[in-house]
Amino acid sequence: MPTPLGKDLTALEYLSADQIRLILDTAEPFKEVSERQIKKVPALRGKTIVNLFFEASTRTRISFEFAEKRLSADTVNVASSGSSVSKGETLVDTARNLEAMHIDMVVIRHHASGSAEFLGKRIRSSVINAGDGKHEHPTQGLLDILTLRDKFGKIEGLKVAICGDLLHSRVGRSNIHGLLKLGAEVAVCGPASLLPRDVESLGVTVIPHIEDAIQWADALNILRLQLERMTAGYIPSLREYNRVFGLSTVRLDRAPKDLVIMHPGPMNRGVEIDSEVADGPHSVILPQVTNGVAVRMAVLYLLAGGAPDWAQAGGSE
Amino acid sequence: MSRPILLKGGRVIDPSRRSDGTADVLLQGGRIEAVGLNILPPDGTQVVECAGKVVAPGLIDVHVHLREPGQEDLETVATGAMAAVAGGFTGICAMPNTDPVCDNQGVVGFVIAQAQRAAKARVYPIGAVSVGQKGQQLAEFGELVGAGAVAVSDDGKPVASSHLMRMALEYAKTFGIPVADHCEDPTLAAGGSMHEGIISTRLGLKGIPAAAEEIMVARDILLAELTGGHVHLCHMSTRGSVELIRRAKDAGLRVTAEACPHHFALTHESCLGYNTNAKMNPPLREDLDREAIRQGLKDGTIDVIATDHAPHHYDAKEREFDDAPNGIIGLETAFGLAMAELVNTGLLSLPDLLLRMSTTPARTFNLPGGTLATGAPADVVVLDPAIQWVVQPEAFFSKSRNTPFAGRTLTGRAELTIVRGQVAFQRTS
Amino acid sequence: MDDRAIARCLARMASEIVERARGTEQLVIVGIQRRGVELAARLKRLIDDAESSHIAFGKLDITLYRDDLQAVGPRPMVGETTLPELDGKIVVIVDDVLYTGRTVRAALDECADFGRPRRILLCVLIDRGGRELPIQADIIGVTVSTGAGDRVDVLVRERDGEDAVAIVRGT
Repeated sequence: MPTPLGKDLTALEYLSADQIRLILDTAEPFKEVSERQIKKVPALRGKTIVNLFFEASTRTRISFEFAEKRLSADTVNVASSGSSVSKGETLVDTARNLEAMHIDMVVIRHHASGSAEFLGKRIRSSVINAGDGKHEHPTQGLLDILTLRDKFGKIEGLKVAICGDLLHSRVGRSNIHGLLKLGAEVAVCGPASLLPRDVESLGVTVIPHIEDAIQWADALNILRLQLERMTAGYIPSLREYNRVFGLSTVRLDRAPKDLVIMHPGPMNRGVEIDSEVADGPHSVILPQVTNGVAVRMAVLYLLAGGAPDWAQAGGSE
Repeated sequence: MSRPILLKGGRVIDPSRRSDGTADVLLQGGRIEAVGLNILPPDGTQVVECAGKVVAPGLIDVHVHLREPGQEDLETVATGAMAAVAGGFTGICAMPNTDPVCDNQGVVGFVIAQAQRAAKARVYPIGAVSVGQKGQQLAEFGELVGAGAVAVSDDGKPVASSHLMRMALEYAKTFGIPVADHCEDPTLAAGGSMHEGIISTRLGLKGIPAAAEEIMVARDILLAELTGGHVHLCHMSTRGSVELIRRAKDAGLRVTAEACPHHFALTHESCLGYNTNAKMNPPLREDLDREAIRQGLKDGTIDVIATDHAPHHYDAKEREFDDAPNGIIGLETAFGLAMAELVNTGLLSLPDLLLRMSTTPARTFNLPGGTLATGAPADVVVLDPAIQWVVQPEAFFSKSRNTPFAGRTLTGRAELTIVRGQVAFQRTS
Repeated sequence: MDDRAIARCLARMASEIVERARGTEQLVIVGIQRRGVELAARLKRLIDDAESSHIAFGKLDITLYRDDLQAVGPRPMVGETTLPELDGKIVVIVDDVLYTGRTVRAALDECADFGRPRRILLCVLIDRGGRELPIQADIIGVTVSTGAGDRVDVLVRERDGEDAVAIVRGT
């Protein structure tokens, strides 16, 4: 059965504005579920979900796991170390083996861009992308957008600057696609060595200096700077990055209005964001985390109606 | 000796003599015996009716990977040579990136022996520029040429060291062979899996900028000028490269260049959806690059169409994009793609196309063939230039199936391929 | 049924609720999304006006407790659930139409996740028969007899601009 989102959620680039709005609207009641004394509803009772994490992740994996458990799904976590994955099994073999055990959904985090889409095209179960390489992290993009909508009431016309290492950021790409579809104005800000080629063609403007981004924006989404970017030659040093591109209180104090500050975490305090800002009144970093569970519950719920029909599939095994 | 063959009443196109008209072609004793009207065949001649067909010198591909020795599960000299004749090729040049590398006369001799055993297309080994293709020490060009190599190349990898490239060009002059370079600045291309542009940005894949190729093209041109050697630039993919070559040729330098069907047929948009059959090195580029390659083929800036035939096992391409190997097979689709994309679009005439696929490749690498002159080797192809056919990889003679053109309708293909005066391939059905 | 017939029904149901609960002391009125909520709010107003009380009020969306997700797919919108303290209370669940009983089954499950009421009563405006589960209403506005192909449309002022009940007979 087709779900309102199709079979898989691999990228916000592939969703329509209406589909994104549906996820955000569905997330609203799920926020309340997490505030109940019994934080659990039976919506996904009997569904089996595999969390397939080929990359270390604490925040996203826990958030998905909470979302799954609060919907009463049965979950299995597979991490790359200690499994057959580390013995050289290919991604597609791993997935087919899991599917032979009749699972309904796979949540995948993988280091290769496109891995979620690759998997989705090869298995019948629904695939949810929990971050694929440098491509997209759609549920993070959705939770960022939900947090902005909570704060501003709407996304249309909002000015959002995404700052930092756009080149390697799946969070950045998902934010760009999602925000643009809902009518926001999006700017990217960071050293040119960390901006992807032809990024303007996505529909964003480039603001080279964070001071100018602060003057322009209603909200800033500060991306995490992977520390290995320095050794790979993209930037001279973390110290300089902080001095030139870091979000400090001094810079933030010159903002013409109250800015909303987001960060997908985990933060490098003192590199892309100063502690005073992260912990300060403009930060919505913790509401982002709370919204993460609600958004993931919404996505799981909306995709659940489309589970594979094993009887019709002619029996695998 | 085989029976004489008379190819009767076809449109005979010989780009080497700029001739194009209805004629008969008589092959005898492994040579072209006569081309003319109403030839009376000797007794016992096999007569092939060629009305409505094109008779031309056999196609020659100067850039093929045959995988033998070392990866015979992907392709062998025999299967590659069979795929070649099925594609209308009578001669192919085998790149040396095998295992072991073709950097000594032993491997050259082995490849030639395997080709003789197969008795399909002629196979000309290309020796390595450096020992083990490691980019450090020159291979023994003299012995390689002595054993039958027709050129040297470290293809698969660039000759990164400018000093080594200079020495290769100087030293190759002694033997009159071209040095074929895979133009890629390894530091700029490192980790890249597709063209750097809007599509790589959307897909979150690390890109290979056009400059990675152009830097090496410019360097090689400068070294050709410095040494007077013959540099052959493999698989050109960018508009900048075409412009650099155009200027070098205007300056009279000894530079030749090739382009592959996929670079004049496709762009980086084929990578959308993480289609690993669109993953190649050099990568598929942008519209403007594809257009420049086509113009380069038209005005002769690009001398040669070569396939870069690169067989891979199906499950090697059944991977995450970053981990999938580069390249596609091309021998059996090259002519149909060239007809569809270049001739039927009005860019090239059919004689011009055959010049780029037969005569010029032969001249560039000093190979026999590429001509229907009397006394030339009887390497001839009979082409049906109008037939429409659908690419079905499972029907390929190649051992591998990796092509982005599956399901595509192409125009024109080889019906009969004759090598050394003997039928090497005849299409049934 | 028109608006006056509905108003009469609701007035009678309100007094029946107070009677069954023996006062308003422990009473909680809970409407099921969507139209049960509007009806519940009106019953609460009628009771509060008559008894000068302030009875607790809640709304319940049973979407996530349905047993037919696989069959009908996810509902596009999930409504709000807000419930007051239920432990030890007399909870009156209010819905517009009682049919198969599956909605009520889900509502009972959901209430159980929020607390342990002393007693739960079921109050519906229309009982159209056709039960698939052993569930019955305690307080009923009107009982009608319908077939499986029929539709019972309940309209409420707050949502639909008018109060009305119509039975649309299937073909």
